[in-house]
Amino acid sequence: MTTWLGPEEWQAVALSLKVSFWATLLSLPFGLLCAHALARWRFLGRDVLNWLVHLPLVLPPVVTGYLLLLGFGRQGPIGSVLDDLFGITLAFQWTGAALAAAIMAFPLMVRAIRLAIEAVDPKLEEAAATLGASRIKVFVTVTLPLIVPGIIAGAVLAFAKAMGEFGATITFVSNIPGETRTVPSAIYAFLQVPGGETGAMRLVMVSVAIAIGALILSEFLSRRVAQRISGS
Amino acid sequence: MSLTVDIRRDLGGFDLHTTFDAPEGVTVLFGRSGSGKTSVVKSIAGLLTPQQGRIALDGRVLFDTAARIDVPVHKRRLGYVFQDSRLFPHLTVRDNLCYAARVSGRGSRDPKEVAALLGISHLLDRRTHALSGGEAQRVAIGRALLSEPDMLLMDEPLASLDGPRKAEILPYLETLRRETGLSILYVTHNMAEVARLATHIVLIDEGRVVRSGAPDEVLTDPDMVRMLGIRDAGAVLSATVAAHHPDGLSALSISAGQLLLPAVEAPVGAKLRVRILAQDVILARTRPEDLSALNILPVRVLAVRRGEGPGVVVQLQAGQDRLLARITRRSADRLDIVDGAECYAVMKSVAVSQTDIAVGLQTGL
Repeated sequence: MTTWLGPEEWQAVALSLKVSFWATLLSLPFGLLCAHALARWRFLGRDVLNWLVHLPLVLPPVVTGYLLLLGFGRQGPIGSVLDDLFGITLAFQWTGAALAAAIMAFPLMVRAIRLAIEAVDPKLEEAAATLGASRIKVFVTVTLPLIVPGIIAGAVLAFAKAMGEFGATITFVSNIPGETRTVPSAIYAFLQVPGGETGAMRLVMVSVAIAIGALILSEFLSRRVAQRISGS
Repeated sequence: MSLTVDIRRDLGGFDLHTTFDAPEGVTVLFGRSGSGKTSVVKSIAGLLTPQQGRIALDGRVLFDTAARIDVPVHKRRLGYVFQDSRLFPHLTVRDNLCYAARVSGRGSRDPKEVAALLGISHLLDRRTHALSGGEAQRVAIGRALLSEPDMLLMDEPLASLDGPRKAEILPYLETLRRETGLSILYVTHNMAEVARLATHIVLIDEGRVVRSGAPDEVLTDPDMVRMLGIRDAGAVLSATVAAHHPDGLSALSISAGQLLLPAVEAPVGAKLRVRILAQDVILARTRPEDLSALNILPVRVLAVRRGEGPGVVVQLQAGQDRLLARITRRSADRLDIVDGAECYAVMKSVAVSQTDIAVGLQTGL
């Protein structure tokens, strides 16, 4: 790979992998919670939560990126608190890229997990409760094992989406080589300079390969969840 | 353990307002589909919240709107066997059985013993999708038993099974009742199950209790015939096996005399309950001679109920027991069947099938 890809290209691929990995991993618990809430809980503001989760899907990415910059920038209400209390800065850092990717990928992750939860028969959860399982134990011993393939599918989709995130990322954290230049940003940068097409093409091929691989893996795992729940 | 229920809930179509006691033994909650039976059981288990009322198991209050008590489902300690077995598809049979022990720490009962009791020992390592309906339901019963409930709630546990599978499970339910001594609340609209299992009956219609009491009283109440279903109405008698004859018949002694039935699979001296359908009983004013039917019992008419159709239902005193006979109005008039009349009840031996006989159960518990 390193011989085929130039050092800068390889740097972009490695950074994209790192950003997507952390974006997926850290958003997973929140995704699970949101999906469970949307699938099973009845509460005031459920619709609002649903809109919020899906907003990044319909907003122009540059808007999401700009809102992130307003909120999480050094002067922003959340960014300044993070900076003062923990010394964490997100703007123009790879961690910011991870945050942008996580937020853009969140709706896909929640949808996949929510579908898996809704496919679990609530009657099984009722049966578990009559056998002495508290709500948390019902979730851990019945719901969770049945939706594991759905969770993996959601995570794979989110990872693939994070790998391709561009608009929000470049708006929020710019396009700094080695720090925030992910694969899409690198392709964009290549295309801005004469003779950059071959480098761009190599990265395009890497992107396509990763996206297709993720889709196949996600499809396979989704089928597993259906099998597992029907018990065959 | 005895259960006290007094609940109200608006079920849309009608108001559920159910008050009854389920004493020790097997209490059968009987009613047509849509009569509110399942809502009652779900309320007892805590899966449905009544708008008003009180539910208590011996001294332990499970639900009380006045005292603002609503014990959560998982703390009620009631085993629930659903119509569909609801086994966990991601677990093996063994793990399903051990589920309660795993989540609640309850479980001093040995899973192997329970599996043996229910005849599922050979299935322990199977996945649940490989089970037949009858096997799955026995696993579900075992799983509920192993949660060490104070009482077992069974909501039409045999309704989703076909005839042969039902016949396969009924003996296990009888064994269960004998071996564990656990009190059971059993919901059904199948008279054969009522006759074989019930030690107490609660009849429910449109969410209200119409009648409750011992099976021999309730089942032979001519006023209840319409509700129980005219073709299913019949008496349940306690009997003891007196002898097995070489010609394939068994003699059973009942309080009114002797019954000859096709060979019963129980040793001499065994206690049985025998269900005799009202439509299988013929009445005669004088003792008939030269008749193929082998069972002729002297009886006295207690009550005659005329319905809308051509038939009447006659309640009879036969020794200590009661019988029901369904005859035509024309015959009743011709034979002058009125209250207090002495006559003979005639029953064909072959009219009683093996599924109408329950071993080891007495009507009085």
